[in-house]
Amino acid sequence: MNKAPNEYLLHLADNAVVLGQRVAEWCGHGPILEEDLALANVSLDLIGQARLLYQLVATRLGGDATEDSLAYFRDDTEFLNYTLLELPNHDALVGYAASDMDYATTIVRNFFYSALMVLLWDKLQSSTDADLAAIAAKSLKEARYHLHHSADWLVKFGDGTEESHQRAQAAVDHLHPYTEEFWTPSAQEEAAIANGTAPDVRALHQAWDALVADTLATATLKRPQTQGYVPEGKQARHSEHLSYLLGEMQSLARAHPGATW
Amino acid sequence: MSTPALKDWPLWEVFVRSKQGLEHKHCGSLHAADAAQALHMARDVYTRRQEGVSIWVVPSVAITASNPDDKGELFDPAADKIYRHPTFYEIPEEVGHM
Repeated sequence: MNKAPNEYLLHLADNAVVLGQRVAEWCGHGPILEEDLALANVSLDLIGQARLLYQLVATRLGGDATEDSLAYFRDDTEFLNYTLLELPNHDALVGYAASDMDYATTIVRNFFYSALMVLLWDKLQSSTDADLAAIAAKSLKEARYHLHHSADWLVKFGDGTEESHQRAQAAVDHLHPYTEEFWTPSAQEEAAIANGTAPDVRALHQAWDALVADTLATATLKRPQTQGYVPEGKQARHSEHLSYLLGEMQSLARAHPGATW
Repeated sequence: MSTPALKDWPLWEVFVRSKQGLEHKHCGSLHAADAAQALHMARDVYTRRQEGVSIWVVPSVAITASNPDDKGELFDPAADKIYRHPTFYEIPEEVGHM
């Protein structure tokens, strides 16, 4: 059996755990009870995906590696997630406070990411790495629901009131440039493509564009022209936000190493 | 299209059919802007622990309910008519479980 490069699996796992942590920030703060539960579900789906991938890498690494050592004892300079996923749940210009959280930002990010993952997990189902293919099959169903959930809200926001439209458009304008990172393969992606364990992300670009354009049109939102800066989070060069996120996520495990329930 | 504000969202009754059950059972209600959203929310609120394989949502206003004050005249007359229960028949063994 072919094996996907560990760094590629970590890229997928880090994506899931970082976004899972961001989405979990809404737990207890959701705009309505039903959405609070919906986002907790999305977060737990993502953390579940991350666990499977970390466990797989830990098994393959052997030695002392565990899912916990990979999630809690790697630093921000080792994380391989997209920059998009570590950004706070608010737009670029407000302070770092939970009370400033903006639902449109969360929804638009989930939409851009799950639109990608629906396509990527679908292709990864036929990865020559059978373990990865099995994780992809399970994750695809979850990603489809995440896409449905976020697209639904995006249309409601865009085609809703003047304020909801304006906030949704602001979130799209803020986050869309970060999606450029999806389409520039990193070294670990190139390695996975080369050994047949992953599809070439560039081949998914057109389908993603169509999906995004379609939903944005229904939502009466404009799609910004994106060019220039390409973030490099998946190459472990991050924004300042990741270290704060990891600081919160990892502090307990680091204060009490090896603690169990 | 204008979406009504949160406080104006209509109420929906949620019915869930479990794996074993043949019928949809009422399990609660929630507020949602439209039917599709009510379905989504019902999925997240009421089927998180594998409770169901099918969901119905019905606008609560579509339900006509009996008046609790009419309880006496509607239901009490049935109380002393035990012959309406099919308990006086012998069921042949070949019929099996009914």
